[in-house]
Amino acid sequence: MIELNEDYCKGCNLCIEFCPRDALEPAEELNEKGIHPPVEVEDRCNNCRLCELICPDFAITVVEEEEEEE
Amino acid sequence: MKEEELEKAKKVIGDESQFIHGDTAVAYGALLAGCRFFGGYPITPASEIAETMAEILPKVGGKYIQMEDELGSIASVIGSSWAGAKAMTATSGPGLSLMQENIGFAHMSETPLVLADVQRSGPSTGQPTLGAQGDIMQTRYGSHGDFAAITLSPNNIQETLDYTIRAFNLAEKYRTPVFLMLSADLGHMREMVKIPKEVNTFERKQPKVAPEDYVPFGKGEYGKEKVPEFGVFGDGYHTYVTGLTHDEQGFPATDDQEDHDNLIRRQVEKILDDREELTDVEKRNLDDADVALLSYGITSRSAMGALKKGREEGKNLGYLRLKTLWPFPIKEIKELSKNVDNIVVAEMNLGQIYHKVVEHADCEVRLADKIGGEVHSPDEILAEV
Amino acid sequence: MEEKEEKRKVEMISAAEIRDKYLRDEMMPHIFCTGCGIGNVLDYTLWAMEKEGLDMDKTVFLSGIGCSSRLPGYIDVDSLHTTHGRALAFATGVKITNPELNVVVFTGDGDCMGIGGNHFIHACRRNIDMTVIAVNNYIYGMTGGQVAPTTPEGDYATTAPHGNIEPPFNMSEMAISSGATYVARWGVKRPNQPINSIQEALQNKGMSFIEMMSPCTTAYSRQNRMGAIEEFWDWYEDKTILAEDYEKIEKFGSEDERETLQDKIKIGVLHQEEKKSLSERLQALIEEVHV
Repeated sequence: MIELNEDYCKGCNLCIEFCPRDALEPAEELNEKGIHPPVEVEDRCNNCRLCELICPDFAITVVEEEEEEE
Repeated sequence: MKEEELEKAKKVIGDESQFIHGDTAVAYGALLAGCRFFGGYPITPASEIAETMAEILPKVGGKYIQMEDELGSIASVIGSSWAGAKAMTATSGPGLSLMQENIGFAHMSETPLVLADVQRSGPSTGQPTLGAQGDIMQTRYGSHGDFAAITLSPNNIQETLDYTIRAFNLAEKYRTPVFLMLSADLGHMREMVKIPKEVNTFERKQPKVAPEDYVPFGKGEYGKEKVPEFGVFGDGYHTYVTGLTHDEQGFPATDDQEDHDNLIRRQVEKILDDREELTDVEKRNLDDADVALLSYGITSRSAMGALKKGREEGKNLGYLRLKTLWPFPIKEIKELSKNVDNIVVAEMNLGQIYHKVVEHADCEVRLADKIGGEVHSPDEILAEV
Repeated sequence: MEEKEEKRKVEMISAAEIRDKYLRDEMMPHIFCTGCGIGNVLDYTLWAMEKEGLDMDKTVFLSGIGCSSRLPGYIDVDSLHTTHGRALAFATGVKITNPELNVVVFTGDGDCMGIGGNHFIHACRRNIDMTVIAVNNYIYGMTGGQVAPTTPEGDYATTAPHGNIEPPFNMSEMAISSGATYVARWGVKRPNQPINSIQEALQNKGMSFIEMMSPCTTAYSRQNRMGAIEEFWDWYEDKTILAEDYEKIEKFGSEDERETLQDKIKIGVLHQEEKKSLSERLQALIEEVHV
């Protein structure tokens, strides 16, 4: 799951561009800062954390979802 | 300074009287004051200070480095001061001109350091081996912007050694660069010097509060109010030091008129508030004088000759020697000008301190100027009387 | 099932935790333009420091003047934001006075190779134990986009409105020939390489120089028709080649293949050697002559 801190995001779209699973896309609406922040596309993220590593603003964090007990 | 450090320094320098020149006296004074970093660059007539420091600093565990130019020299000194050492550099007029930008940085960041300037005839390359007094204004107004300076001017070799120690103490007390002015004559002249038995050093005031409560550029809590305590690098204070206008926490505050005003005025006032305390002059025969001979540095030795000769000829001459050039001793000049008819300012330039005297004196002021690398003769000073 | 979970556990802490641990919250968000590579450089440096486990009370950051020189202000650490081009000289004073301190310098192409050129080559020559991360965006960004000593020939800048007529410096080559003992050049596109390289640089007991090729999405890009940041990435992909690949082609490639190397920029760890640092030499001298 992807958590975005909108205070820090500048809308550079690097995370969207480089996600190997196309798990991010720009939001439909503009936010208060005048950008389309990235939003998660369901069920595509594989926790590779590339977006987290590459974000120049430390705005995006990948939170591992709890695995269901087998 | 710890006893062992002083003992080490004396072991290296020797503790008996010695016949040394001004440049050496600066180096010896520095070592006794606790200076443990010298970053410099060769320049006539100050190179001997660097050479002596290169010899003696490592012997007491200090660090000497010859940087690639004067800009690097002053930069390394500021860095060293922030890393915890008493640090200095030495240069002459052309080098001082090069250092101005980072001198401004030292003022803005309130970094203690000592800069010895062994003046030579200028402008530009000028007469490298001959003395002058052409850098006086440069120490006060050389860098851009507003700040105050402390500038000392000894006139004999013993005083050079003692004033070097004083320079370090003032630098630490006020968290500011302090300028020690010599000239080629003093730098290369030899006289007998006594190595002081006791040396009083002023150690920098470190913060007593926890890092989270430390305000790096705020009020001094237990020293002078306008001089903040100095949390050096590596002690956990996480200080941000910048040449940009900053708030009390050290962070850039470049868009705020008030922040800048508060910061700069405090930096200027921390020194100028103590103008009288910092003023040091030598007075002779002023009680019944009609004309006062005002001078400093090497010129004051000729002025002494002029005083004696003039008095023998029946003239009512007095003598005022400025030992502190900046902050300018306004009170002394005002009082002097009330008691005499004329002040003759003798300096080895075309008028620098002269203008400050004119500004504050209520009587007539004349200039006995001399350039070309030769010290005034007493007659040349008397000619203006 | 549990074993699989263990393997999937991510080793590094999260970006949010890095932010809390290292950054000065009151200073964020930082001033770097949208898509600016300097933000990435900040990232990678902090990840590398976290991996290396540096004591932040014993670490000092220095910088000169320019966009990249604003970096130390965001990190909660002792830092010295100095005058243009002089950071390495200040750093020399800091390091040799207290060799216990970890010294990291952020600088830029103009700051380091222009006004700071002299301090740069001497700091490399002395092999002072510090890590210098130079962000090369091929332009003087902070002042609006003037031509820099690294601007490619023919590119446009505000002070080269007809195209740059001067050949540029190669910063990493300068570092190598001046005596730096760890020299690397990376882009900002792939995170793991620079992170690991910065960690190696921090470990190196000597002058470590890392050149980070970074897009300037405003001052440089606007003038050079790279409006969308993707164009910089494409340029970067075309222009760069790993040093090892470069050498392979040079040795074993056909003539055509070798011709393609002409305009390429080598990236990777370009030089690594062991040599006494200045602090070691100073220490030896002091021990020899100490009273």
